[in-house]
Amino acid sequence: MTADDIKQSIVEKLECELVNILGEDGTHFEGTIVSRLFEGLNRVKQHQMVYSALGDKMKSEIHALSMKTYTPSEWEQLKN
Amino acid sequence: MSAQDKIQKTISEHDVVLYMKGNPKFPQCGFSSLATKILEACDTDFYTVDVLQDSEVRDGIKIFANWPTIPQLYIHGEFVGGADIMKEMYENGELVKLLKANS
Repeated sequence: MTADDIKQSIVEKLECELVNILGEDGTHFEGTIVSRLFEGLNRVKQHQMVYSALGDKMKSEIHALSMKTYTPSEWEQLKN
Repeated sequence: MSAQDKIQKTISEHDVVLYMKGNPKFPQCGFSSLATKILEACDTDFYTVDVLQDSEVRDGIKIFANWPTIPQLYIHGEFVGGADIMKEMYENGELVKLLKANS
């Protein structure tokens, strides 16, 4: 499992403005995900959407995915 | 008692519950360690469940909150989040507010 595999799995299932995944050891990853589908959802629901896009990979191959989720407007604010 | 019933019972009996790997003195994972440090910094009493001691609860807790990772924090029976969300809520002051509101 590489960071690119994770990115691929997320973008296949979830429409995103931006997905950035880092991680070299094959089991621990860090990600930033920006999606307009996160609008109006709390952080728990946002993270659940990403977990659900990853499905069974979360149970077996990925030990940890530390993530930050943002709506496009939150992301814009953060950049400025 | 099923794992789901057991979890429901635990989170109703204790105001603040952290499901973690290991215990606060000897956390067995960096994320569990971070979670206990955050709660300690909030100066709150909390009850911990070591999922490594109970494989039914270890699997069951992932289904309970539809959340595939550990640690998991529950305040007054409500799932609050995992380590990332705890960190964010600690940094923006929401976690302390939530703990105070419920104490």
